Amino acid sequence: MSGHDHDDEHSELGEMDLRVRALETVLTEKGYIDPAALGVLIDTYETRIGPRNGARVVARAWVDAGFRDLLLRDATAAIASLGYSGRQGEHIVAVANSPTRHNMVVCTLCSCYPWPVLGLPPTWYKSAPYRSRAVRDPRGVLADFGVTLPDSTEIRIWDSTAEVRYLVLPERPAGTEHLDETELAELVTRDSMIGTGLPRAPERPA
Amino acid sequence: MTYVSHADLGGQLGHGRVVPEPESVRFHAPWEARALAVTLATGGTGLWNIDMTRAARETLPNYTALTYYQIWFAGLVKLVIEHGLAAADEIAAGRKLRPAREVPRVLHAQDVPSVLARGAPTARSVGFPARFAVGEQVRTRSEAAPHHTRLPGYLRGKLGIIERVHGPHVFADTNAQGLGERPQWLYNVVFDEREVWAGDAPAQRFKVSIDAWEPYLVPA
Repeated sequence: MSGHDHDDEHSELGEMDLRVRALETVLTEKGYIDPAALGVLIDTYETRIGPRNGARVVARAWVDAGFRDLLLRDATAAIASLGYSGRQGEHIVAVANSPTRHNMVVCTLCSCYPWPVLGLPPTWYKSAPYRSRAVRDPRGVLADFGVTLPDSTEIRIWDSTAEVRYLVLPERPAGTEHLDETELAELVTRDSMIGTGLPRAPERPA
Repeated sequence: MTYVSHADLGGQLGHGRVVPEPESVRFHAPWEARALAVTLATGGTGLWNIDMTRAARETLPNYTALTYYQIWFAGLVKLVIEHGLAAADEIAAGRKLRPAREVPRVLHAQDVPSVLARGAPTARSVGFPARFAVGEQVRTRSEAAPHHTRLPGYLRGKLGIIERVHGPHVFADTNAQGLGERPQWLYNVVFDEREVWAGDAPAQRFKVSIDAWEPYLVPA
């Protein structure tokens, strides 16, 4: 946060490192936590559960109308059929963008986010600027991400206040008829599934 | 005792612009990953629920001065002390000074994948029908709750329309206070920007929705 000079920030990080380790040691010595579980948890969210899961869901919905229907009707089941489920994604609702409607997800009260499909939330999603402004000045927030939508597009903000998690299904970009599902997934950005971005445009075919 | 949440940020002014972050960033320092893992593992003892965790975090007096994982860490320390897992002097010393208490369970490494994949669903069955139907107009409760709640301040006393009926879910307000799950019908309720900000913010063609439990709502 602002107001810290460089040295302060370094000593603060060092202090947090020591404090977390101290707590971890006490909890381990008392037998409440399994230190090996910590490594598995970190590895899970560093390498296994992240936004590429969601990109696969979106790309499937772009190529498979039956899957898209299921996703919009029962996203939890559709997503589970691709192998993603559980913590912070127990009840998922997918909301589709269209030329007249753009969806954007926020959690003004904390940082609720669909972990099984998007992983851990980015810093901005958990920070005061996004949480305060998304529900008051969404077009200003989109401008911070370099996104401008036509005035005719209505914006819908989903403030995640309970245990339902929202996943934005962005529109399939034009000119992608020649791409397969894997190539399409590469166009799906994390931010496009939160609603603060749009999918990447395809490179022109050779 | 008054209950003050410092986390209810919706609509607050003066927090500045949003700073995007590349998708590849996971943690900004190794301790953040440790703090996440220790929080999840200690939660695995089953001594508290997610709503108690949120209550512990949002009532931290210095909430707005902390980074997100500092909030997580401070919230965890609070719960660890409150539930008698360790005392402040042990946490400061970084070693066990007193015998351990009994805990319902321990999250072992080999169980992490299945525990994460299962999660903790909050949908429940109840023996009473939903009071509201899709399309119905409702007004949100206007008074502040003297405990953890999930009705954001910016939507107190506002007129909205029921858009979805999610079904009965564990009620965060009672669950956070240790009063039990007491499931209530949960709805997605949508509000027009003009109702929410009443001309106080520039009009930009948007609607906002929340998920609201039935006790938050009255017929309008």
